Amino acid sequence: MSSTTLWYVTRASGLMAMILLTLTMVLGMTTTTRARARHWPGFAQQELHRRISMIAVVFLAIHVLTSVLDTYVNISWAAVVIPFTSAYGRLWVGVGAIALDLMIAVFVTSLLRARMRPGTWRAIHWLAYLSWPVALAHTFGMGTDAGEGWVIALGAGCVLAVAVALAWRIRQSIRQASARAARASVAGVPPKHLALTAPNERGPSHA
Amino acid sequence: MPSAGDTLATTARYRLLGHPADLAGHLAALGPAPLPSNASRGWREAFSAMLEASGLAGRGGAGFPAAIKLALAQNGRPGGTIVVNGMEGEPASDKDKLLLIRSPHLVLDGAQLLAAATGSRRVTVCVPEGREQVATAMQSAMEERVAMRSAPTPEVLVRPPDRFVAGEESALVRWVETGQSLPSFRPDKGIALRIGRHGALVHNAETLAHVAMIARTGPEEFRSSGLAEDPGTSLITISGAVVHPGVVEVERGTPLIDIARRAAPSGEPQALLVGGYGGAWVDPADFDTPYASLSLRAIGATAGVGIVIVLGQNACGLMESARIASYMAGQSAGQCGPCVYGLPAIADDMIRLARGEADPGLLVRLQRRLSEVEGRGACRHPDGAVNLVRSALQVFSTEVRAHVSGTPCAHWSRSTQLRFPAGAWGARP
Amino acid sequence: MIRILVDPVACDAYGYCAELLPESIALDEWGYPVVDGTPLPPELVSAARRAARDCPRRAITLRERKSSH
Repeated sequence: MSSTTLWYVTRASGLMAMILLTLTMVLGMTTTTRARARHWPGFAQQELHRRISMIAVVFLAIHVLTSVLDTYVNISWAAVVIPFTSAYGRLWVGVGAIALDLMIAVFVTSLLRARMRPGTWRAIHWLAYLSWPVALAHTFGMGTDAGEGWVIALGAGCVLAVAVALAWRIRQSIRQASARAARASVAGVPPKHLALTAPNERGPSHA
Repeated sequence: MPSAGDTLATTARYRLLGHPADLAGHLAALGPAPLPSNASRGWREAFSAMLEASGLAGRGGAGFPAAIKLALAQNGRPGGTIVVNGMEGEPASDKDKLLLIRSPHLVLDGAQLLAAATGSRRVTVCVPEGREQVATAMQSAMEERVAMRSAPTPEVLVRPPDRFVAGEESALVRWVETGQSLPSFRPDKGIALRIGRHGALVHNAETLAHVAMIARTGPEEFRSSGLAEDPGTSLITISGAVVHPGVVEVERGTPLIDIARRAAPSGEPQALLVGGYGGAWVDPADFDTPYASLSLRAIGATAGVGIVIVLGQNACGLMESARIASYMAGQSAGQCGPCVYGLPAIADDMIRLARGEADPGLLVRLQRRLSEVEGRGACRHPDGAVNLVRSALQVFSTEVRAHVSGTPCAHWSRSTQLRFPAGAWGARP
Repeated sequence: MIRILVDPVACDAYGYCAELLPESIALDEWGYPVVDGTPLPPELVSAARRAARDCPRRAITLRERKSSH
């Protein structure tokens, strides 16, 4: 494969991965509890989230592979995972390496989910929130196609999608938290109409 | 009220209460605990056989056979912990507090014996925050034992939070390990509890006291009181509409009304609440039911924790049950939806019923909620509340009819005859 | 004999299990699954596995029992 071809594949697969990761993020952030299987079953969104993330990983792998194999620029295997060690494009390839590291963590833990504590899995999965903006920075920082109008539009679209999803998610969290607080406050006050006497704590007595 | 130490109304000699509280007196009266100098396999097998022969069942509420619990604990690797459960979360129970103050050495001896039988490295005594009288007594007792070398396995006192579920055994173990008092989901009870990589054997304080007595007197003495299928004695706290509330020691199988009479009820009881707030109401027709697991189960009740509460005539059983349901709802650990949402909903229905403000669908809705919530929590907390409410609807069925039609009894607004701790309605952790 | 087991501590009432397996799993009034614990008919097992995989909290597991008791 000529270097030019590899280069095109690198750029195309990178953009595809960015789009698919954005889609994965949005699907993940907008999961609802109390799912009601009307037109959009909750399990379907869950499965879509998983499957699209797999496809994103494939495009990401192609992106990484072709960028290393391309002899026109020098990016070693190590530079792909160790940030800021690349001969070519040290800063932005480095940023990409950070994003890749985070995504590897999320991916691997999801494969091994059954074998770890749920809290640990959840904490690492949240790294995805960090990996997305880093990946976006890498996409535009690399600069290759960043000047193109349609690429800018794509990037803006991704940002908009995640921003809307984030706003929705925050609103859900606030609602759930206040519902929980309402429940707790009810349990915290003895209902007046239960007509309890003053607290009757007493020490033990033997017959 | 007759002291349980003086008269057990039987000729049986086996008893937990009435022995000296200090170590010197304890040793003089009962001799040292028969601990082995080294716990050989032979000794452990003999100990297990003795426990099995005695038929001792747990006195913490579940009534699980002590010998089987020991066998399960022995499956794990040695070097674990014996956890002394002195939490006594049931507000109407005082027996463990009493035992820990009056016979701490019996309880600790029992823990030492089980430590030898399981190769445990530590005895962890759990007394809730706020119970300073009990904690001080245990601390002194433990210091006495260190001084007189009566504690081969090191004993330590810890203070978990004073909440109902904190005494649930998996919650207790989790607290010791992580500081979080939350029950675990244990679909397979055959797997023993663990703290870290080692086993943890949790026992109610009274159960341990029995272990210590049985080890001294032999299983036959234990079996000489009580029933063949439910041997020995139990400590029972009697409260409610009685003149002399307190703790008594009774033989298993004693009729419920005889137990209640030991506290001198102020009048003819309207009903008895047996087993605690997770137990069940008993109708006067069943007052002569023996206090034993099988007999009580046959009438829809449980022995539970040794508690008998007398409901006087001028009281509303439905409102008292509504208060209990509210209390139990507030004491949920907050982990499982059916408990977190279901118990307050049930309590709400009961309050409406007790006040005579029932809507037409209330009874049907309440029964549905009861059967839905049951069995769907990680621990037995919601099950106890459900059982209590169900028994109330049954035992007070006449009153239910009156309350449902908007003509409640005159007593629902009276102050409660039950005990609820000061911090009862605290928010969940 | 395959049975459905719900971990009530992990469950957060997402409801995906009831969507996938309405024949066996119903939701109570608060959105939490009610499972009767009887063995699954063989034609529902693959849907049950899917439900176990899709649960965001991994609250559903399938239990294999050799005998019924």
